[in-house]
Amino acid sequence: MTTSEVEREIVIGGHFGPYGGRFVPEALTSALDQLDEAFHSAIADPEFAIQLSGLERDYTGRPSPLTRAWRFGEYCNDAHVYFKREDLNHTGSHKINNALGQVLLAQRMGKTRVIAETGAGQHGVATATAAALLGLECAVYMGEEDTRRQALNVARMKLLGAEVISVTNGSRTLKDAINEAMRDWVASVDSTHYVLGTVTGPSPFPEMVRHFHSVIGRESREQILAVEGRLPDAVAACVGGGSNAMGLFSGFIDDLSVQLRGYEAGGDGVETGRHAARFSAGSPGVLHGARTYVMQDKWGQTIPSHSISAGLDYPGVGPEHAWLHDTGRAIYEPVNDSEAMDAFALCSRTEGIIPAIETAHGLAGVIRLGKELGSDSVIILNLSGRGDKDVATAARWFGIELEHSESGISIELAEGR
Amino acid sequence: MNPMKTGSISAAFAHAKGERRALLIGYLPAGFPTLDESIELVQAMCDGGVDLIEVGLPYSDPLMDGPVIQQAVDQALTNGATPKSVLTVIKAVADRGVVPVVMSYWNPIEQFGVENFARELHQAGGVGVITPDLTIEEGQPWIAAAALHDVDPIFLVAPSSTNERIAKICHDTRGFVYAASTMGVTGARDQVSNMAPELVARVRQCTDLPIAVGLGVSNGIQAAEIAKYADGVIVGSAFVKAANAGGVNAVRELAQELAQGVRHGG
Ligand SMILES: Cc1ncc(COP(=O)(O)O)c(C=O)c1O
Repeated sequence: MTTSEVEREIVIGGHFGPYGGRFVPEALTSALDQLDEAFHSAIADPEFAIQLSGLERDYTGRPSPLTRAWRFGEYCNDAHVYFKREDLNHTGSHKINNALGQVLLAQRMGKTRVIAETGAGQHGVATATAAALLGLECAVYMGEEDTRRQALNVARMKLLGAEVISVTNGSRTLKDAINEAMRDWVASVDSTHYVLGTVTGPSPFPEMVRHFHSVIGRESREQILAVEGRLPDAVAACVGGGSNAMGLFSGFIDDLSVQLRGYEAGGDGVETGRHAARFSAGSPGVLHGARTYVMQDKWGQTIPSHSISAGLDYPGVGPEHAWLHDTGRAIYEPVNDSEAMDAFALCSRTEGIIPAIETAHGLAGVIRLGKELGSDSVIILNLSGRGDKDVATAARWFGIELEHSESGISIELAEGR
Repeated sequence: MNPMKTGSISAAFAHAKGERRALLIGYLPAGFPTLDESIELVQAMCDGGVDLIEVGLPYSDPLMDGPVIQQAVDQALTNGATPKSVLTVIKAVADRGVVPVVMSYWNPIEQFGVENFARELHQAGGVGVITPDLTIEEGQPWIAAAALHDVDPIFLVAPSSTNERIAKICHDTRGFVYAASTMGVTGARDQVSNMAPELVARVRQCTDLPIAVGLGVSNGIQAAEIAKYADGVIVGSAFVKAANAGGVNAVRELAQELAQGVRHGG
C-alpha cells in the first residue's frame, strides 16, 4: 500500500456516513494514527488473537451463557426472551472485553501507563483489573457525582491499585471525566494509552471498541441458532456510549431480518429536559472528537444529561449508532428512570438476577418489544452488567433501609413498593 | 486575496517584521467576566501594545484548555456569552485598529452554520479563526467557506506532528501557523517548552507563512526568548490570570511587559 492509500483508509475508515471522524487537538493526531496502525496490525496477528481469546476464556470466563428468561418472558407477552449474560464476566459487566483488548494493545505498543474515564465505574474497574493483570500503571477519571453514586466501584478501583481522580468541573459526570482524561492524554501520550470505555471518541476508538466487544454478537448468534434453530426477531441493549449494544448488534447487522433496538436514558422524561435521550432530543454535532448526535443548545453548547443510571448519563453517543439511526437499520427509544426501575425489580424477582441500572433500561425495552413482536418472537437482550454497584441507589428508590452497624449492613424491606 | 491588505494578518506580521520584532498576540474569552468587561479588557490589551487579539468563543467542553481558561469560559457562559458576543468583541477590537481573530472549538461554528459564521465574522471585522480541535482532514468544508469570505483559517501544529502532517497543515493554513510549544493544554508555565524551537524550524522548512508560538508563555522574558526564533508570541492564560487578579490595569501592564519582550528578541 502506498502512503496515500493508507491515509485514505484512515480518513474514510474513521467515518460512518457523515458521523465519526477526528475532531481533536493536533497534538493527538499522531498518537491516533499510531493507535490505528497498532490496532490493525494486532488484529491481523494470530499471536494477539490467541493471547486475547486465551484471556477471554481463562480469565473473563467466556463464552458467557445465553439464558432463557422464562418467568421474565411471561411479562413480555410470552416472547422467547434470552439474556446474553455479560453480567457473569469477571468484574461483572461487558466492559472487561474492551479493557482487556486495549490494555493488551497498550502493552504491545510499549506503553507503561493507562488512563480511563468512567461513569458507572464498571469501565474503570475493568481497566484497573486489566492493568493489574498485565502490570501497567492505571489512573481513572470519574465525575464527582458518579464517585458518590457508584462508591462501591471507587473502592474496587483503589483496591486494584488504580488512582481514582474525582472530576469537579462541569456537570461532574461522565462527560467531564472524558474531558479530563483527554487533557491528561495530550500531555502524557508518549508513555500513556487512553483506554476509552465505549464506542465514542475520535477514530479509531469507535471501530476498535466495537471490535473488542464483537465477541458478544458472535457468541449470541451461535448460541441462539443452537437453541432456537433460527435467528432472533430482535436484539436489544441499553445505549450509553453504545458499546454493549454495538457488540451485540455487530453479530446481526448483516442479517436484515433481525431488528436492532437500542434504549437510551429518558431520565425524568424527555419532555422535562432532564434525560440523556440523544436520539429523541439531540441533533448532529461534534463532541469528544467525533460527529454524532449530541444534546446541545442552539449555539452548540453541550446540555448536561440526567439519568438515574451513571453509565447512561452522557450527552453524546457512538457515531456508528448515529449512522444506524439515520439509515433506519437500528431503532432507538428512551426509557424513563421509573420504567427502568420497574424492570429492574421485575428481573430481580422473576429471574433471580439483579441487573445493573443501565441494563434495566434494556429490560424495560424488551417488555415493550414483546408486546410489539408477539408471543412467538425471539428476542435477545444484552444483560450488560450485574447490579451490585447499584444496590444503594436501588434501595433508596424502593424505600429499603440500609442500616450500617459494626457487624456489617443489614437490609430491611419497607412495606409498599 | 491581497496578502498585504491593511488590517490583514499578513500585514500585521509584515509591519512587526519591519520593526525587527515579533508580533504580540493576546487571548481573552468574549463575555469574560461579562460582555462589557470583556470589551474593556481587550481594549486594555490593545492599549498595552498587543498587535493581534484572539477572541475566545466560550464552549462548554474546552478540552485543549487548562483550569484557568476553563474557569473563565464557564464564567462567560454563565453570564450569557454566545457567538453574538464574540462578534461584538471582534468589532470592538477592529474599531481600535487592532487585528481580531476568533479562537473557537469546532461545534459552535458548525451549529452557527459554517458559511454564516465566516460571513458574519468578516462583516464584524474579524480576519481569521483558530480552530484547536479541527483536524486538517475534517477542516476542508471550513477552509472553503473561509476563503469565500476572506477569513484566514488558522491551524495548529504540535511537537508530535510528523513532517508530512506539517506540510499538509501549512498548505491549507492562511495568516499564520500556530505552533503549540508543548504537548499539553493551555496554562502559564514557568518555562516554555524546549520543543518549540525544533518545531518552528520544521515548520519553516514547509512554508513562508509567519509562525507564532503559544502555550505556556506568561512574561516578558519568555516572550523575548521566543521572539528570537518565531514571528509571533501568543499569550492566553496569563492574560486571564491578570484579569482575575487586577482587571483592566493588570491586563494593560502585562501587555506592556510582553510588548517590551517581543522587542528584545533581536
Ligand atoms: C453494565 C453497563 N451497561 C451499560 C453501560 C453503558 O455503556 P455502553 O453503552 O457503552 O454499553 C455501562 C456503562 O457504564 C454499564 O456499566
